[in-house]
Amino acid sequence: MTPLLKAIDLWLDQRLQPASLSVGSGQLVGLIGPNGSGKTSLLRALACVEVSGGSVRIEGENPADLPPARRRRLLSFLPASRDLVWPIKARDVIALGLTAPDPGRVEQLLDDLELGDFAERPANQLSTGERARVLLARALAPRPRLLLLDEPLSNLDPYWVLRTIELLRDLVRTTGCAAIVSLHDIDKAPSFDRILLMNEGMLEADEAPEAMLSSEALADCFRIEKQPEGWRIRPPEDRRSSR
Amino acid sequence: MNRTSVILMFALLAVAGLHLLTPAGPLLELRQSNPGLANLLLTEIRLPRTLLAAGYGAILGMTGAALQAVFANPLASPDITGSSSGAALGAVFAAYWLGLTDPLALAASGAAGAMLALSILLLLAGRRSDTSTLLLAGIAIALAAGSGTSLLLALAPSPFAFYDSFEWLMGSFVDRSLPQAGAALIPAAIACTLLARRSAALDATALGEDVAASFGYPARRISIEVVVLSAIAVGAATSVCGAVGFVGLIAPYLARRLTAGHPGRAMVPAAMIGAILLVAADLLVRLAPAGRNIPVGVITTALGTPLFLWIVATMRQRVTS
Repeated sequence: MTPLLKAIDLWLDQRLQPASLSVGSGQLVGLIGPNGSGKTSLLRALACVEVSGGSVRIEGENPADLPPARRRRLLSFLPASRDLVWPIKARDVIALGLTAPDPGRVEQLLDDLELGDFAERPANQLSTGERARVLLARALAPRPRLLLLDEPLSNLDPYWVLRTIELLRDLVRTTGCAAIVSLHDIDKAPSFDRILLMNEGMLEADEAPEAMLSSEALADCFRIEKQPEGWRIRPPEDRRSSR
Repeated sequence: MNRTSVILMFALLAVAGLHLLTPAGPLLELRQSNPGLANLLLTEIRLPRTLLAAGYGAILGMTGAALQAVFANPLASPDITGSSSGAALGAVFAAYWLGLTDPLALAASGAAGAMLALSILLLLAGRRSDTSTLLLAGIAIALAAGSGTSLLLALAPSPFAFYDSFEWLMGSFVDRSLPQAGAALIPAAIACTLLARRSAALDATALGEDVAASFGYPARRISIEVVVLSAIAVGAATSVCGAVGFVGLIAPYLARRLTAGHPGRAMVPAAMIGAILLVAADLLVRLAPAGRNIPVGVITTALGTPLFLWIVATMRQRVTS
């Protein structure tokens, strides 16, 4: 069976070493790595925002060849930035994700993300966490086959961190779509099916969460180590030797 | 949205009709004594003026909305980005130094000047720059182009250049011919039609350039397209009517109230509002004492400055709160 996403030798000048990757239908994939390791570059390349070479196929199609409406049903990209310039109502921001007007779908997303109270407020005047949910709803709106979410959990309170993971989990299970989600909180890794580790522009490891969390690769690139009481910074001499 | 378009269309037709027929007295009298002359007066003198006022207003509204969408800034309008000043510089150079008189050649020179100004702005401030960078870069370009224009006029071979150009550069629709109106409006209409087709893409940029690119609207290409098309439209119109301030700022601002904040779909209503505003301003100009011409740019600037200050004040409030 062909995987939902197949990327071969995807690279971005100066930022991303050639990376190859397949993701099957129904998979929830976490993407971790230190600051500046290339997580965003990988997601942007997969979303065909910016790419220097290599190929992306989603359900066998090259998104770059498709017109905007079909492209939006294939993939959704949620950037880490929550900035909105124009005073567009939260409801309308969500509708911007759709390829054709569908008030029922907007209503359903407002419900799912408990945004009913803010629906009529300009989204650029909401708090960062509220805006994050509105923008996530926008990304989910066209029911894309592949979700590429850059730090969807940052700025969210603990309830919404857990609830967002639960929503994504339900979504991939019931619709068979897939999601690649970058995150900073490595303790959330066990909620994912698979974890990708980026380091210095390279896709360095691809493991099940438990294996990844106890791997030497993770400890090396984050310069931290697991102790019984939790994560701890590696002593400087170890940090030097690992470099 | 559809209902508002219809209302705007009616308002535009009403104000344009009023503009065409005001003052009605002499026209009616002339119709009695010399119907042929009355028709000539209507088509050769009044019609170009009405067409230019409405057309130039539409151009300013449309390009203002498009530039604001691309720069992601409600202050990016043809005057504030320096493109109007650049267009005036280009047209003055072509008219007084190259000795060009063909309206289309002047329109092309105006477009080249506007394009130069916008290209420098993009180099200096970049796309989606913060407001202060955009304003400072725009002001620098407008000042440079303005003094360049003064220099070209002062040193021009014709000793009357300064006097000649006063009415032209301050923005006026008086005594323009139909071919002049055509040179300004036909290229601008084509450019505006192409701009209007980018409405969905510009709405998508409201979600950020990366999201728009993931939809299949590459930000770089779209902004270059908008800059080139706006320069053509503003340049062509400025070469005939001179620079008119603030319509390109006010019209998109009002239009976005009608499109619930969406910057792309605000382009067409902004064009209609711009047309209404400029025709109305040109009606006001006629209240001046007989024999005196007030440049229409004076009226639009007087109306626009308070709004501009208000937008700046509310923007500052949003940043500090």
